Amino acid sequence: MFTAVAEASRRDLLDAIGTDEVTVGELVDRTGLTQPQVSKHLAVLREVGLVTVRVDGRRRWYRVNGAALRTIHDWVRAFERTWNARLDRLDDVVAELQHQERHT
Amino acid sequence: MTINRTNRKGSAVVTVPNDTDIVVTRRFDAPAALLFKAYTTPELVKRWWGFEGSQWVVCEIDLRVGGQWRFVTREQTPDGEIEVGFHGEYREIEAPHRLVSTEVFEGVPDAEALDIVTFDEAGGVTTMTMTVRHSCREHRDAHLAAGMESGLQVSLDRLEDAAIGLAAA
Repeated sequence: MFTAVAEASRRDLLDAIGTDEVTVGELVDRTGLTQPQVSKHLAVLREVGLVTVRVDGRRRWYRVNGAALRTIHDWVRAFERTWNARLDRLDDVVAELQHQERHT
Repeated sequence: MTINRTNRKGSAVVTVPNDTDIVVTRRFDAPAALLFKAYTTPELVKRWWGFEGSQWVVCEIDLRVGGQWRFVTREQTPDGEIEVGFHGEYREIEAPHRLVSTEVFEGVPDAEALDIVTFDEAGGVTTMTMTVRHSCREHRDAHLAAGMESGLQVSLDRLEDAAIGLAAA
C-alpha cells in the first residue's frame, strides 16, 4: 500500500482528485499527465483500495478512499511517535554520559 | 560553564522510501562514540529502548559479529500483561559509526528484518540513521501497522504531551 503512494505522480493524482468525483479526462486536464499514465496510476491506486470507482453508463467516476489514506498516515505517524519517544530518552542518556565525561 | 543544547525533542523523522524499508533519522548534540555506547550497552539500552512503562525481562547484547542480542519487555495493555520480545544477530560492527544486525519480532518469527544503524558525526552533531529493511512489502507494512495495534499508543501520546510541556517550561 505504501508503494502506491510513494511515487510522486500517484500522490499528485490523489491531490488532483481531492474531495471530488472525477473522470480520467478531468484528471488528464488537472495533472498534465497523459491518459495512459493516469489510467495506469489509477489502476494501482484502485488495486490497493486508495481510490474507488463508480460506473455510470459509459463513464467511470473516481473518488479517493479517505479512510484508507488515513490508515497509511496513521501507521507512519504511530511508528514515528514510538521512535521519537525512544530517541528523546536516548538523547537524555547521551547528555548524561557527556556530563559525566566532563566531570571525570 | 553552561552548554546550550538545541532542543531536539520530537525531531525524529520516519520515511518509507521504497517497498521494503522504514528509515528513522534524528540528530543529537553528542559524539558518535557516546551514541554507539548507549546503543550497545545493556544498562544504557534499558533506559531508552522499549515503551513508556516497560518492565525489562531480558536485555542481552553479545557485541561481536555473529553474536546475538535479545530484548524482552513486559507491557501493560487493556487486555492484561504481555511480554514482547525481539532478537537478532550482529552482522557488521564498525564502532562507533555503523552497526548492522538482524531483527526478529518474536510474535512474527518469519519476518526477519535487517537493521542498519549509522552515526555520522560532523561539527559536534551526530546524525543517526536507522534503516529497517524487510524482505517484502507485506512484512514491512505489518511492522508499521503493529504500532497501531499495540494498545500502547495512548501512553505514548501522553509521553509526547509531557515532553512538549517540559520543553515549553
